[in-house]
Parts: sequence; structure tokens; C-alpha cells
Amino acid sequence: MRRYLLVRLGQSAITLLLASMVIFLGVRMLPGDPALAMAGEEATPERLAMIRADLGLDQPVWVQYGRFLAEVASGDLGESTRTGASVASMIGATLPVTLWLSLYAIVVAVVTGVALGLLAERYRGRWPEWVANAAALTSLSVPNFWLGMLAILYLCIGLGLFPASGYVPLTDDPVGWLVHLTLPALILGTGLAAVIMRQTRASMIEAMRTDYVRTARAKGLGRTRVLLRYGLRNSLIVVVTIAGLQLGGLISGAVVTEQIFALPGFGKLTLDAVFQRDYPVIQAVVVLTTVGYVLVNLAVDVLYSVIDPRIRVGGRS
Amino acid sequence: MTVIEHSDLAPEAAPAVVGPRRLLSRLRTPQAITGAAMLAVVVLAGLLAPLLAPHGPAEVHFDAPFQLPGTVGFALGTDDLGRDVLSRMMYGIRASLMVGIVAVGLAVVVGTPLGLAAGYWRLLDAPVSRLTDVTLAFPFLILAVGLAAINGPSLAGAAISLGIAQVPTMVRVVRAETMRLKESPFVLAATAMDASGPRILAQHVLPNCLSAIIVQATVIMPAAVLGEAVLSFLGLGIQPPTPSLGIMLSDAQQYLGRAPTAALFPGLAIVAICLGFNLLGDALRDALDPSTDRK
Repeated sequence: MRRYLLVRLGQSAITLLLASMVIFLGVRMLPGDPALAMAGEEATPERLAMIRADLGLDQPVWVQYGRFLAEVASGDLGESTRTGASVASMIGATLPVTLWLSLYAIVVAVVTGVALGLLAERYRGRWPEWVANAAALTSLSVPNFWLGMLAILYLCIGLGLFPASGYVPLTDDPVGWLVHLTLPALILGTGLAAVIMRQTRASMIEAMRTDYVRTARAKGLGRTRVLLRYGLRNSLIVVVTIAGLQLGGLISGAVVTEQIFALPGFGKLTLDAVFQRDYPVIQAVVVLTTVGYVLVNLAVDVLYSVIDPRIRVGGRS
Repeated sequence: MTVIEHSDLAPEAAPAVVGPRRLLSRLRTPQAITGAAMLAVVVLAGLLAPLLAPHGPAEVHFDAPFQLPGTVGFALGTDDLGRDVLSRMMYGIRASLMVGIVAVGLAVVVGTPLGLAAGYWRLLDAPVSRLTDVTLAFPFLILAVGLAAINGPSLAGAAISLGIAQVPTMVRVVRAETMRLKESPFVLAATAMDASGPRILAQHVLPNCLSAIIVQATVIMPAAVLGEAVLSFLGLGIQPPTPSLGIMLSDAQQYLGRAPTAALFPGLAIVAICLGFNLLGDALRDALDPSTDRK
């Protein structure tokens, strides 16, 4: 177990280090000279040189890279070139919205995905299986933002069931918070639910073929009991992994969902930054997403080895 | 929207023991036929757009904005500028398919050699795996954000970021196949006859990986089409006035109440493309997998 954890930790550290190099090089490839931008077009060469020295741009690349790492590690993400506000505070203000939205969507996806997967397996060869499969395949093929637009059109404007846009902080008004997040979370969760359903189903089919299930059935346990006790447990591992692997997709999805429902989250911050060429914010967004992705997947792997002891053996996944 | 990173949908193993003729007969399922029919309609509409489209994709009719479907001359209605929705859709499909093809091409060209190498030579496994880990750490939208920040948003940028994002799953699929095939008798025989590594990979392993690669391509294609729509919708992909399904939806969002159908049809076109590939891909995976014979 300890060996497995150490190997996984080492791998994550290498991944983060490589990712940081990619980001650092990417930032250096951005068009425009930061010193020129600060000094203005009329600056004298001496003034430019001074600013460059100030920013550390006259140092060798690896020294600059070291400084970049140190800054990021200490949580210093710089200031927005547009508003002058610290990037860390901007992220602090927007990230909770996105985290709540994603968490809500994951819950929706896991519950519906696993339930549909169970249902399809329980009624194999009958209409519930067919419906569940068709639903999963369709929701994999539907652009979520289009679904969001249709939902706004029919559920919000047409029937007035949900507010079409906006966000209320949890601490201000818990009910309003839930009401505002429900539709976006349902929309964001559909694609993930489909993936989870298909995986749950695949792992259950596999589990149902095992000897211990045959034994349980032979002992007279009902199909539903066996499914819940053995099938579900086996598919849990898959569900946890998928939720981790799909995080990247979920982040991308959150950006679009926030755009549709005008939620003031991380995604809106990202898009605004791109269109305003606010490079420190873009850099911070990329750093944060990458670190988040690596850490969550590390956590998933650890969780995984807790759920299924077989995985620990050999230290390789 | 959640663009599915389909590594988890990859086939376990699909040995190429099903010959082409048998494959065709096994593909005669309702699912496969529905998928193929959907794709045929959409692809033809896209390919023949210059011949069939009733209007130019950017042709504005200021006297006829917000026309409903069924209007004479505008079968699917018009948008805010009086542009024909049907014609724009047909050109938009071209853009979607183009981005999909580039993304699949990129994933195959970059992913296959890396997967073969990582699966065959143990020494290369760790570096390649770290490389795919790093790539996975950048979701396609973040890649697109980065590329758009460096070069400005464009169709090429969208296609590249979608393709790069799909490389890791292709690497994993090919790697797994290679590791499995490495132990098979015919590869062992070739090794015993002193065939070189690259030769074994090219002659014996790669041909047997093809079905897995093709199945994976049918998974990547809809993901890329959805991704293109998202990026264009957000303004990070194809730039107006070039017609794209994503841009049409982004335009339509602004007058959703006045002309809901302008938002309906481009979305349906995306669904048709993706559902077509998903249906066909699923059927292909089943048809290529000899173990489904038992069912």
C-alpha cells in the first residue's frame, strides 16, 4: 500500500512538473513584450532594460522558470492587467460557483447513471434496458449548451419552472442558491450520467459472469439482491474512476454552462480573460485547472485502492 | 457541455479475426443501419452544400429576418439577418466534419506510434505514460484557451486543441492492444525468427490494432464535433462570418424568444452527426468483437 502510494505520488509530481514547464513556455510564447506593454511605445531603451531587469526578464530562462514555480507555489498569481485586482482574489470570488455547480452535476450524474445502469441490467433484454441505452447514447450525442438553450426556452421562459440566469450565494439564501443551480447542474450532468450508466452496465455484466455471483444465485439469492450487493459494489470502482477522468470534460462543460445560464463562475472569468487578453488571469486559470486535475486523479487512485485491495498489488495501476 | 473523454469507452480488445465480408453481414443491425443512414444524409448535405444549398451561407435578406420554417424560399426559416438557416447549416456541417477529421487524423498520427512504442518497449512505457498524463491534465477547453491566447481564435486552433486532447486516449488504446498482441504466438514466432522491433510492429502488431483504432476513431469523431460546436459557440473556434453550427447557435441564443427554430435546427444537425457516429461506432465494436457471437 505504501509503495503504491509513493509511486503514484511520484508520478503526480512528475506530471505537475512537466505541466508547469508547458505552461511556462506557453506564457513566454504569448504575443507582445510585457516590458514594452508596461513602459509604453515611447519608452527609451534604458527604461525598457530597467523594467526587464525588474521583471527578471534579463535572467536565464531556467532562473525565470524557478521564479515562476516559486510564485505559483506561494499562491502569488499576480495582478489582472485589466482591473489591477489580485488574480487570487478574483479566483476566490468565482471558484465556489463552479465548484458547487460541478459537485451538484456529479451527484446528479452518479445517481442517475448508476440507477439507470442497475435498471438496464436488472431488466436485461426488456424495454427498460432498451430505453436506458437509447437515453445514454442520445445524451452522449447532444451538445449540452444546446440542451441548456432549449431548457431555458421551454422550462424557464415557457413554463417558468426555473430562473433562466443568475446566481445567489449559498450563505445569502440557501433556497435561492439551490433553485438557481438546479437546472445548470442537470444540464451539465447529462453527458457524465451517460458515461457512468454505460460503464456501470459494462462492469455489472462482467460481475454477473463471475463465479461468486453464480454461487450467490445458486444459494437462492434473488437477482435484485445479487445485483445490489455484488454488481453495485464492483461498479463503484468504475464510477469513482470515471468521475475523476471526466473532470477535465466537466470543467470544459462548466465553462459553457456558466455562459448559458450567466453564472458568475470560473468559466466566465476564463472567457473574459481570453477576450480581454488578460494574461495573468489566463495563466492562473490554466495552472489551477491542471493542478486540480492532477490532484483529483491522485485522490481517485488512492480512493480506488481503498475500495479494491487488488489494485495495490505491484504498485502499478 | 461535457465532452466525454472516452478513454473509458475504449474496447477491451477487438482482435481482427472478423473478415471484411463477415463484418459487413454482422453490421446489418438496426442500430448500425440507423447510424449509417443518419451519417449519409448529413455528410451528403455537407459535401454537396455548394450544389444543393438554396442560398449562399452569408447571403443576407434584410427584408426577411426571423422567417418561420416552411416559408417559401427558406425551408427552415431565417435568422436575425435574414440568412437562410438551411444553407448555413449545410456549410456549418462541412466545418464540423472538417474539424472532426483533423482531430481524428491528429490523434491517429500522433497517438498510434506512441502507443505502439509504449506497448512494445518497456523502457518507453513510463515516459510515454507521463506524457499522456500531462496532456490529460489540460482539458481541451483549456488547451483551446491557451492556443487562442497565443494565436487568436481560429478553426485550426480549435481542431488542433481537440486533436491533442484526444491523443492520450488513442495512445492508451493502442498501447493496451500492443501489450496484448506482444504475447501472441505469431509475434513470439516473429521474434524467434529475429525480426526487428519496428518490423514486428509494422507487420504484425499494427494490422491487428487497426480495428481498435477504427473503433476509437468513431468515438473521437463525435467528441470533436461537439467540441468544435462548443468552441465556436464560445467564440474560441471558427470566426464569423464563416458558418459553423456552434456560431449559428451562439447567434440564435441572442434572439431565442423571437426565433426558437434558428436554435433548433443547427442543434439537431449536431445531434445527427454525433448520434450517427455513436451508433455506428457501437455497432462496429460489437461486430468486431467475436465474443458477441455467443449472444
